[in-house]
Amino acid sequence: MEEQAIDKSVLETGEMILNMGPQHPSTHGVLRLKIHTDGEIVSKIEPVIGYLHRCFEKHCEKLSYEQIVPFVDRCDYLASMHMDHAFAITVEKLLDIEIPERVEYIRVIIAELQRIASHLVALGTFGLDVGAITPFTWAIRDRERVLDLFEALCGARLLYNYIWPGGVSHDLPPKFVERTLEFLDYFDPQMDEFNNLLSNNKIFIERTADVGVLPAEVGINFGVTGPSLRGSGVNFDLRKNEPYSIYDKLDFDVPLGKGTMGTIGDTWDRYYVRVLEMRESAKIIRQACAQLPDGDVHEAIPKKIRPAVGEVYGRYESARGDVGFYIISNGKNIPLRVKMRSPAFSNLAVLSEIAEGWMISDVIAILGSLDIVLGEIDR
Amino acid sequence: MTSILDSLVKSFSSFNLDIAVILPIVTIIGGTVIFLIMAVNALVAVYFERKISAFMQDRLGPMEVGIFGFKGGKKFWGGIGQTLADAIKLLVKEDILPNNADKFLMILAPFIIFTGAFLTFIGVPFAQNIVISDFNIGIFYIFAMSSIGVIGVILAGWSSNNKWSLYGSMRAAAQIISYEIPIGLSLLLVVLVTGSLHLGDIVQWQADHRWFIFHSPFTFLAFFIFYISTIAETNRTPFDIPEAESELVAGWMTEYSGFRWALFFLSEYANMLIVSIVASIVFLGGWLSPLQIFNIFPDSWLILDGPAMGLFWILFKAVILIFIMMWIRWTFPRLRVDQLMYLCWKIFIPFALVNLLFVSLWELIF
Repeated sequence: MEEQAIDKSVLETGEMILNMGPQHPSTHGVLRLKIHTDGEIVSKIEPVIGYLHRCFEKHCEKLSYEQIVPFVDRCDYLASMHMDHAFAITVEKLLDIEIPERVEYIRVIIAELQRIASHLVALGTFGLDVGAITPFTWAIRDRERVLDLFEALCGARLLYNYIWPGGVSHDLPPKFVERTLEFLDYFDPQMDEFNNLLSNNKIFIERTADVGVLPAEVGINFGVTGPSLRGSGVNFDLRKNEPYSIYDKLDFDVPLGKGTMGTIGDTWDRYYVRVLEMRESAKIIRQACAQLPDGDVHEAIPKKIRPAVGEVYGRYESARGDVGFYIISNGKNIPLRVKMRSPAFSNLAVLSEIAEGWMISDVIAILGSLDIVLGEIDR
Repeated sequence: MTSILDSLVKSFSSFNLDIAVILPIVTIIGGTVIFLIMAVNALVAVYFERKISAFMQDRLGPMEVGIFGFKGGKKFWGGIGQTLADAIKLLVKEDILPNNADKFLMILAPFIIFTGAFLTFIGVPFAQNIVISDFNIGIFYIFAMSSIGVIGVILAGWSSNNKWSLYGSMRAAAQIISYEIPIGLSLLLVVLVTGSLHLGDIVQWQADHRWFIFHSPFTFLAFFIFYISTIAETNRTPFDIPEAESELVAGWMTEYSGFRWALFFLSEYANMLIVSIVASIVFLGGWLSPLQIFNIFPDSWLILDGPAMGLFWILFKAVILIFIMMWIRWTFPRLRVDQLMYLCWKIFIPFALVNLLFVSLWELIF
């Protein structure tokens, strides 16, 4: 190595290794990217993760099922309800218990509201990544309304501990359905305005169309799921493909990337799929609110969760993709092992595949369009 | 056109002082005036920008700090003391120089950038006779002096010994030098028509004929090429790729803080004012009243015209241009570096060159 260094001519150029993160405005948390650059062109990206590792899976081996729920919240802190819901349906599968109809409807309403809130953060921060600051504040303003609803629901604004195995912690507060419908009426025109400001902006399209194309096969091979995969035109949504809860009773479409502004699976498609998904979520909430039955939300909550010996794998379509919980029970009230499949982890893995060869600015845009949450990747 | 320096020298001469004594005094007074203009401009423009961005984003912006800093004053003053408080904070901040930085260059760089903005102000007229020193090559001088800053940017990026800074300064150098060409070509077109480099003469020409932006379709186009290029020249969104806070952290300013960073800030806002004033002088009739172009108002309205109102009209036009810059900044995303270069070399420069040709033909025919 040293001999080589001596032989090198003074004028010889080489690649520069740029250390992006863990403290960087656009890595969406404490992600570190080692970027090999040739001028502005990026030739190699190595994501380095683990700065937010909290030993989630090890903790689960020492905690009872009820106590795991708050930990699950902290995995994907932008879509805590989805994590709660995913864990709850997995444990219910293990316990093999029947859930009251009302609980299922409440869960779906809450999950879709959470999807809207999570996608708003994704779109807003994506705007920040490409340099537009105002859309971010608009998105956060609308997300605030969803958080207000959640606050009325369970008192918490970010980490809810709301959906428990067997039920939910509180029934809907008075006027919740009216307030939700009011929010949806407010939200639809806001999305049009958001599209005018950002999605259809000429500069935004120039920055995102045809950039970082994720071909469908590559996405499937890397295990990419959720809106990032649907942006490539793959019709895969667990709410349709493996319906859980009451999704099979509801009428909604799965938006797919169509390559409107460029190639199918480019950054703009991944972005726009999320915009369309929020509209579908609104549709689902309206239906669920209209059909909401009466009942007791606490009746199916077990006094003590002590599943029989066995193992179970539950899948759930969260805002980031396919969340999976694999639980092994040895008959005690504490699980023997909990393994979580993190969608953001698989989505991040594809970054070095699709972002190499683009410029530094594009890497930021592509990373933003994958919508990762480090709390979930590192667990 | 008499300048402030000339009139000062004349008035000091009445005290029978030696010219060697008068000149330093006059120079110091002139410099102080420029510095005051820059400082006040930064204070007002920053407040303006924060409030505008806040209103665009459903926020209130600064609301707490009143002019005297006490809480009772906040409702009326609406946070007007915020920029003053920020300026004081920047001045008393700890002075940080990274260990491996090239300390001499790092200290020098902000002053070079500041000098560029400072020297430019010497030639910028604020009204018919309000100019520090009246150059007969004013437009050329302003154009030349505003290019000094880029040396400071390169020095700042290189001396910080930080990869982000280096990226920022390389981008800045490429961008600022490229965009000087369309700016220069657009100004050349004005010089070609009026036949003078003197800003006073250019305004006089517009008073005799019509505002330059309305002179012909080509000058109309030239104004937009000039204006968009100056946004790029002042590193503002959508052309803020040298700073690009989401990509390069803070670009070439990453390692700077406190007083030196305040100098960058001061120069940035000073440059905004300079380009807006130059655009209003060259294309929008300078200190001429906009009421003149319509000519439908009764004579009593002429009180809004004339030398006394010149300062008002030129600042009025400049503030509108600055407002549009802020409006654009808080609306648009940022371009990528290659798109920026594409826009400059493949769109603006060919258009500016063709413009120049057609304006020459236009002048030949009409």
